[in-house]
Parts: sequence; structure tokens; C-alpha cells
Amino acid sequence: MKPFAYHQPDQIPDAAKLLTTIEDSKLVAGGMTLIPTLKQRLASPPALVDLSKLGSLKGITDDGATITIGAMTPHAVVAASKLVQTKIPGLAALASMIGDPAVRSRGTIGGSVANNDPAADYPAGVLGLGATVITSTREIAADKFFLGLFETALEPGEIITAIRFPVPLKAGYAKFKAPASRYALVGMFVAKFADAVRVAVTGAGPGVFRVPPMEAALSENFEPSAIAAIKIDNDGLTSDIHAEADYRAHLVTVMAKRAVDAALS
Amino acid sequence: MQISFTLNGRPTTVDVEPASLVAELLREQLHLTGTHIGCDTSQCGACVVHLDGLPVKSCTLLAPALDGATLLTIEGLQGAPGSNLMHPMQEAFREHHGLQCGFCTPGMLMTAVALAAEKPDLTEADVRHGLEGNICRCTGYQNIVVSVLAGAAAMNAAKGD
Repeated sequence: MKPFAYHQPDQIPDAAKLLTTIEDSKLVAGGMTLIPTLKQRLASPPALVDLSKLGSLKGITDDGATITIGAMTPHAVVAASKLVQTKIPGLAALASMIGDPAVRSRGTIGGSVANNDPAADYPAGVLGLGATVITSTREIAADKFFLGLFETALEPGEIITAIRFPVPLKAGYAKFKAPASRYALVGMFVAKFADAVRVAVTGAGPGVFRVPPMEAALSENFEPSAIAAIKIDNDGLTSDIHAEADYRAHLVTVMAKRAVDAALS
Repeated sequence: MQISFTLNGRPTTVDVEPASLVAELLREQLHLTGTHIGCDTSQCGACVVHLDGLPVKSCTLLAPALDGATLLTIEGLQGAPGSNLMHPMQEAFREHHGLQCGFCTPGMLMTAVALAAEKPDLTEADVRHGLEGNICRCTGYQNIVVSVLAGAAAMNAAKGD
């Protein structure tokens, strides 16, 4: 790692100010992506702004029709939360499948969503549930937040403070893990609401995306068989050392069926 | 920058560079070399320590994160407080030959103790899932899993005493 200055503000406006006044400075939450990036010298920011002293960013609240998870809440806390397990068990299950126990101790929902890794798990849950990303300045709907490979709608100096999830009738997550990294080769999140079904894919392409034909079919009949014949186009899907695009397209259907199964169980 | 934390029960204050890792601080500055660095890419788990009771990889933890925290390393694991006894999990690894070369063992033990503390009625499936972030390059997983189950049972028994 190249040397950097370290700031631990205890107020959100102070953190935003540091981020905008120190050029190329970076936020650090759990650091599960940033620290390896610094160690490999893929990034060498002059300063880090650590969010861990901002107590208001931690915790999970029940708002009735929605639940709100603070940006600095670690994956292990979401996975073990009785509230999340009761209201959105598919989201607790997703959190329990991220990385390994040590990663889940440190990694945070805000960090994962802000980073928007194309194979990360949380973006599928946020888009699949139609959640709202709450930042230091505004609220952004999931459909407008994820803009592709590591790109989001966040403006310079804007900090995610929480994610608000609507409580679905049913929801499930299923992922096919890359054997070494445990990232999603393909991960599918499905959510059934009173008026609609949402289906989101992570891992298959350069960013998380929805599958309208599956959403339409599952709105008619929320069973795995309803989507068994729907295969998405290979175009735009990722081909790499781990899997070709046609294999990823195949896994989208397989894992979507399993996600529906998980939602029904 | 100066940071203060509790290290294996003792108040500790040290000067660190912000761009330094807890694994380096432990091994090079504090000479606690029981925490091993295997891969240095947060995959192998040989460097697992407990930060405020939770398992974390110390090769992927910046030293400033320790300020105000409680850290337990493999050197701080013990049986009854103040005794020279080994921790029940360490006893189980010895009894069931849960190691071959021993390089991964400190991280395996720290992960195993956290796993057993979190869930008292561990199953074999829980142990295999829970050890996902710890790699044994001797591939001695069979005896490690047996040891963790025995160690967890011994920890439960000790709690009941």
C-alpha cells in the first residue's frame, strides 16, 4: 500500500466535506474490496475517510411495510437479524451466503451496494426487491441506481446512509458460486409483491439487471415451472475463465427456478 | 497515528502508519507471530483474529480500525483464565490430530472458536460451511472438522460446569 492520510469523522456532513475537498480521496466502510485493491496498488488515494465512527449508519429498523438497513450494517448482522429473517427471509439468506464468516463480520451493505461489483450479491437483492437507496442528499430508486460495471448514480461526495426495502409477500435468492472466490457466477433474486413480481440477476453480465419475461410469467403463476422454458439472450453476458456466456445464460434459468423454490419454501 | 486497544486482555497503545495492516502490526511490531500470513489476499484465513468477538482476517484490516476495540489473537486463547491449560478447541485439535503441517492451524482455531460460540449445537454441515474461508493446503479437512465438532462439544460442556 502507498501511504495515505486517515480521517474518522463522526458526522455525515463532515465525511461528505472531506470526500469533496480532498481530491481522489475514498470512503472506507468494511474495506473488504477496498483494502485488497489498495494492497495491489490498483488504487492509491491520498486519503481514506473511514465511516466506522458514524453510529447512525448502523442498525436495522422495522417501519411496517418496509425495513431499513443502515449502510454500515455488516452482512453477519443482517443474516442473523430476527427482523430480516421474519420479514424478508430471502434477504437474510442472501447475506448469509456472502464470502465467508470473516468477510461477513466486516463487509457492509452500503459498501457492497456503492461498489456495485458485477458479481456481488446485494445488488441483486436491492434491485430484485425494488429497494430505495438513501444517501446523504436524496433517495434513489434501485432501478435508477445501478448503471453497469462498478458504476452507480452516486455523485461525488454523496454517501449512502441506508437502504429501505419494501416487504414482499415472498422472496428468494439462489446463487451458483464461483468455486474459488465464492462470488456469484450467477445469482438470482426473485420477489413477489401484491401487484408485481421482480427478478434480478447478478454475476451474469457487466452489472445487475432485471428479466421482464420471467417477471411476466411469474406474475401469472409463481412456480418454477412457469419460467423453465425462458432462456435469456447470450448477448452482453460475460465470458471469462470461469464460464462462457451461454453457460451463464443457462444458469440464469436454473438459478431462477431455484430462487422461486427458495421463496416458496 | 496513535491507537489504543485491548490486546489479549491487556491495554495496548501503539504508533501505527494508517496504511498498515493488523497482521503486520501483530507480527512485526508486537512480535506476536502466532497469527500467520498465508496468502495475504484475504482468502486463506491463516490470519484470522477476533475483533470485538467476531472473526476477521487481519491481513485485510487496517491498523486504525483497532482503535478502541478488543482484539484476541491465537496467543490469547486459553483454558480456564489464568491457567496454563490449552483452550478446549486447542485440546480437541491435539486429541483428534486436526493438523498436519500446522500453518493454517491458528486461523482454523480462531474461526472454530467463533463458530462454536455463535452456534452451540453445531452440525458437520455448519462446520464445513463455517470453515469456507480457511484453507488447509495439506487438505487435512476431515480431522479438522472432527476436531471442531469435538472442541465445540467441550466448550459447551465447560460452559455447563
